[in-house]
Amino acid sequence: MVNPEEKIKEELISKFSFLESAINIVRPKRISIEVALDKFMPVFSFIARDLKFMHLCTITGLDEGENMGFIYHLADEYGSVINLKTFAPKNNPTIQTVTGYFAGAEIYERELVDLFGAKVEGLPEGNRYPLTDDWPKDQFPLRKDWKGLKNA
Amino acid sequence: MHNSDEFRIPIGPQHPALKEPESFSVALKGEKIMGVDIRLGYNHRGIEKAAEERTYVQDIYLIERVCGICSHAHSTCFIQAVEEIAKLAVPKRAQYIRTLIAELERIHSHLLWLGVAGHEIGFDTLLMYSWRDREVVMDILAILTGNRVNYGMNTIGGVRRDISPDQVQQILKAVDTLEERTKYYIEVATEETTIIKRLSGVGVVSYDDALRLDAVGPTARASGVRRDVRADDPYAAYGELDFNVITDDHCDVYGRTVVRVKELMESYKIIRQVLKKLPDGPISVRMPRIIPAGEALSRYEAPRGEDVHYVQANGTDKPARVKIRAPTLANVQVVKHMLKDRYLADMPIVIAAIDPCFSCTDRLIAIKEPDSESANIFTWPALHKYSIDWYKNKGIDFTQLNKKLEERLKP
Repeated sequence: MVNPEEKIKEELISKFSFLESAINIVRPKRISIEVALDKFMPVFSFIARDLKFMHLCTITGLDEGENMGFIYHLADEYGSVINLKTFAPKNNPTIQTVTGYFAGAEIYERELVDLFGAKVEGLPEGNRYPLTDDWPKDQFPLRKDWKGLKNA
Repeated sequence: MHNSDEFRIPIGPQHPALKEPESFSVALKGEKIMGVDIRLGYNHRGIEKAAEERTYVQDIYLIERVCGICSHAHSTCFIQAVEEIAKLAVPKRAQYIRTLIAELERIHSHLLWLGVAGHEIGFDTLLMYSWRDREVVMDILAILTGNRVNYGMNTIGGVRRDISPDQVQQILKAVDTLEERTKYYIEVATEETTIIKRLSGVGVVSYDDALRLDAVGPTARASGVRRDVRADDPYAAYGELDFNVITDDHCDVYGRTVVRVKELMESYKIIRQVLKKLPDGPISVRMPRIIPAGEALSRYEAPRGEDVHYVQANGTDKPARVKIRAPTLANVQVVKHMLKDRYLADMPIVIAAIDPCFSCTDRLIAIKEPDSESANIFTWPALHKYSIDWYKNKGIDFTQLNKKLEERLKP
């Protein structure tokens, strides 16, 4: 009897052979995957639609020096969570919106825009979140080099 | 949303009813809501950034203050992630005590909600009774932890206070009282025609929409989505306990009420099991000051739904990243959907029905005419009164029921 995590791993590798060394079963119910930005959308789509990870818990942004990291935490109905991580260069942190898959992702992506300065292609116009309307456009509080507003 | 025959009404950001700031800009055609624009962020306090600048131990107390109601939810969710990274084996007794506090917290939160819901539909007797009964559980929490909220019970590696046999008896007695009272609330919620009429068909979100919009907690479960972290991804002692995940297929505010009152009964069941099985032994293990590099995602079923914390450690005494996603944030899209094509009079109860907590999530509501200079701003008490009167004119009136209840409960 193959445990569910191994089965998910197998299915992912048979579909995307390049994921062979990128999948890590952390513990029961937790799988971590790292994927390059250009391969991100097909993998995300496969996990959300074909593997039926139908719940996007949230999106975590990370400042990792040269790169910005983005972790999409996806859960299925049996409680397994895939942490799907991708990277974008900090000087141009552009990612694609996943609101087409999860309507609720809108607010998580706005957080990435406000707090990390991510650019999300395809994200519809709307109120910013969570910073105020008069917050300077070039200040991203969750970046590591951000130490507070100047002149504040 | 900017047709000339549409009104735009801003509700919030300062709001007496929700006690927290958020802003809803409501587009109205007559009394019908054509669309809602939600602006959040008024409670953003930069806690994630602050957590990176404090030690893990300091962060327990900081993160406990993310929310005034689900304080134990947030602190447990955070330390679970840290414990996973540090590979700490938390003693069984501590896991059971965490579960106990978690369920007591759920009881106080659901009773609080029941009162607020009663108030929003003009059934203030229900508010008075459920909040009176809530004091029973608040007293127990105060006896166990020293506080009514922000219990300070958790620490990395266990809990900070043990439970004495004497306290076990006190809890059991309180649970008996609460169970009796809850049976009465279930009766009121499921048999009282006025409640059924007022809440049925209001704030509808179908099973498919609840899945599509990614609803969590009682909001999802009242639309038949069986989603409960306690059962799906067990933490603390839940894996060893027997309880039901309550769902309902009414898909409206009525369903959400039924789910919450029935969940109270499950909480009592869980607490009795916890106290019966409470293992002996230590309540904590020593935590290392330095947490090794690593990452973990922790989930927790807070009273309002799934709470998510992600922690990244870099081998120092401070976390490199703490990401918090409170349940209300996941339900924001759902509220937008529920309000569409409904009446303005339903707005207070529909919003209240997801049991929003914008301090966690961070929230508002205001009302104005776009084409005129003079803003027609409803205060929350005015909107509240408008809502009750609107339904009174339609024959849904709680005045008689309130009197009847008072009679029935006279000593």
